[in-house]
Amino acid sequence: MLEKNPVIFIILAFVVIMVGTAITMIAPFKWINGAGDRIAEVKPYTPLQQEGRDIYMREGCNNCHSQTVRTLAADVERYGNGGGYSKSGEFVYDRPHLWGSRRTGPDLARIGLKYPDPNGAWHRKHMADPRSVVPASNMPSYAFLNAPLSTTYSERKMKLLKFPYTQADLDELKGKTEMDAMIAYLRKLGTDIPVKKAEAATLPAPAQKNPFSDLKAVKEEAEALYKQHCASCHGEKREGNLGPALKGSAKSDSELFTLIAKGVEANGMPGFRSSLDDQKLWKLVTYIKLGKQDD
Amino acid sequence: MKAPTRYYDESVKGFITWSIIWGTIAVVVGILISLQLAWPQLNVAPYLTYGRLRPIHTNAGIFGWGIGCFIGMFFYITQRLTKTPLWSPGLARVTLWLFNIGIASAAVTLAMGINRTKEYAELEWPLAVVVAIIWVLFSINVFMTILKRKEELMYISLWYIMAALVGVTVLYVVNNLGVPLHLFKSYPIFAGTNDANVQWWYGHNAVAMVLTAPPLALFYYFLPKVTGNPIYSHRMGIIAFWSLIFMYLWTGAHHLLWTPIPDWIQTVAMAFSVMLIAPSWGAVFNGYLTMNGKWEQMKTNYLVKFLICGITFYGLQTLQGPMQAIRTFSAFIHYTDWVPGHVHMGTLGWVSMILFASIYYTVTKINDTEIYSIKLANTHFWLILVGQLIYSITMWIAGVQQGSMLLSTNPDGSLHYSFMETMVAILPYYKIRAISGVIYLAGLVVFIYNIYKTFQKDASSQTAKV
Repeated sequence: MLEKNPVIFIILAFVVIMVGTAITMIAPFKWINGAGDRIAEVKPYTPLQQEGRDIYMREGCNNCHSQTVRTLAADVERYGNGGGYSKSGEFVYDRPHLWGSRRTGPDLARIGLKYPDPNGAWHRKHMADPRSVVPASNMPSYAFLNAPLSTTYSERKMKLLKFPYTQADLDELKGKTEMDAMIAYLRKLGTDIPVKKAEAATLPAPAQKNPFSDLKAVKEEAEALYKQHCASCHGEKREGNLGPALKGSAKSDSELFTLIAKGVEANGMPGFRSSLDDQKLWKLVTYIKLGKQDD
Repeated sequence: MKAPTRYYDESVKGFITWSIIWGTIAVVVGILISLQLAWPQLNVAPYLTYGRLRPIHTNAGIFGWGIGCFIGMFFYITQRLTKTPLWSPGLARVTLWLFNIGIASAAVTLAMGINRTKEYAELEWPLAVVVAIIWVLFSINVFMTILKRKEELMYISLWYIMAALVGVTVLYVVNNLGVPLHLFKSYPIFAGTNDANVQWWYGHNAVAMVLTAPPLALFYYFLPKVTGNPIYSHRMGIIAFWSLIFMYLWTGAHHLLWTPIPDWIQTVAMAFSVMLIAPSWGAVFNGYLTMNGKWEQMKTNYLVKFLICGITFYGLQTLQGPMQAIRTFSAFIHYTDWVPGHVHMGTLGWVSMILFASIYYTVTKINDTEIYSIKLANTHFWLILVGQLIYSITMWIAGVQQGSMLLSTNPDGSLHYSFMETMVAILPYYKIRAISGVIYLAGLVVFIYNIYKTFQKDASSQTAKV
């Protein structure tokens, strides 16, 4: 019967296909992006941020960068930037989602938490010439984004996506480049969720003395920490780049400790208190103070 | 019943020819982007950056080579299996024109950065509409031919074809639902986690309906044709067919393990992925057992080599896939180069091997001639086999290495390697991968030369007859 009637066959095939579809794809619409996973702090994109997002899509950044911190300890540690793993409610304004499937570059779900500089100096330098801040990077150069931003559709986008906006938001677009928009988008990523920042702000001066005055014992670990957290702004060899040179710093141990822990928001230097414990901060202090003769 | 005097094969030739052209472009772009990963200086202009070229590579491969060739092949085998000429040759010609216009516009718009970013559904809405029209026109043509068939019983290949017709239509339309902003930009109607779930329901089942059902249809048709053996078990084929198309649709979320997708959807996807081993291997065993007593053909018949190697890669693919769909293993290799290694075993190994065999067979049948050179066909076989194996194996090693580096932590829970250290570690593999691509391309060139010469041979023999 089946083997003889193509009309019945094709209807049956459709029904069979729709069972799994209905259960795993259609049914979840009932609760995903609903009250259950809503996060009050998550805000829609501003016109400038949405323009940046559209440029991110145009350049196919999603081909190399994911935007979901998985619920794995290593993922949270590497990409969480203090914000933990990704939650469903953070993505309710993402049309489309940009979770990606391959991390040729690092995950960007919480990149907004990483570089606090309001002008995005690090991003600017990195996008224009990635290898000037990350020498081994294989990212293409995006210097061509220094072109004026087209704002023809900015308002219509807000209306289509049903995002709230003010005249001030639209005025913000004036005279901006595509790079500005891209950076505005990157700086927003992951910043809506509550992060334990208070701890770093109210940090008391370090009570103890640097327990790692003998560097040899911790050099390897300290070097790894430096590469992970500092090198992209202060240079692979502490020679300075976006941030000042650090090699053989003359600052006292406790001064350096406080600086690294709290950061200097105005200069774009992030505080590391939320991501590194005291032991690690001290190790960094010791490593930074190393002079030429110790290499 | 008697076969009609004449089948319509002009569009079969057309689709085969153009799919080979698009396939070659896919491989060339693939080599270029593999080089860009090792030498970023090769990103010379905005429209030649990795982010814009990679979708061209995947779209040219899946839509240009895969779908293009399947359309041609389905026109060919549907006519033979139904003993009925194609329902509408005119419609087939229109479909071919639309197909080429569609793929060419896809390449141009993707290079311009007109890109929805949803994987394998990157094309903006006007082109997505064109793709849907192409598919529907082709589906109508095939379905009407089946409806008007002169052979009552529908062979299993036709089942797989019909499932693909429905499946691809549903998947493609749903995942492309959006609201246009203007001609070159639209936003999906789904947001965030929903959009991700829809995307991978689509993404994974595109694998089912484009890269599994169609090559299986061809395999079930060509293996008996080439070997002269009837298929081992029609019943096993039937059971495998229905369980395959039932189970596949539950598994999309194995692309989203450990993400904010509800946990139970991930678990269900994981379970169904493992269950899929059964129907997948049903087809593999059907192939192997069909060869019973005729295994010496692996030596004597170059087409058997392609088909059996192809189904073997399908078997390996459908063991590796379920393994990757398990949470613990996914945690390790997801987002690494292991996955491109897996994908390319499927596309370069399984799908393309079957397509190459199908093309060799149909081109000689249509032109009523022999292949220009079996020796070259064998060279082609070994080059693509070696190229693909080097590709996949280096990417698996790179994936395992980077995956373990990314996850490795110090005793206090902090990370042992910076991201850049893990990237620098896999750079040598990127260079080997580029070489593997060149080897594969060399195989492709040998193949094209052989096919070209076969066509030429036919043309000259016809002139001689005149």
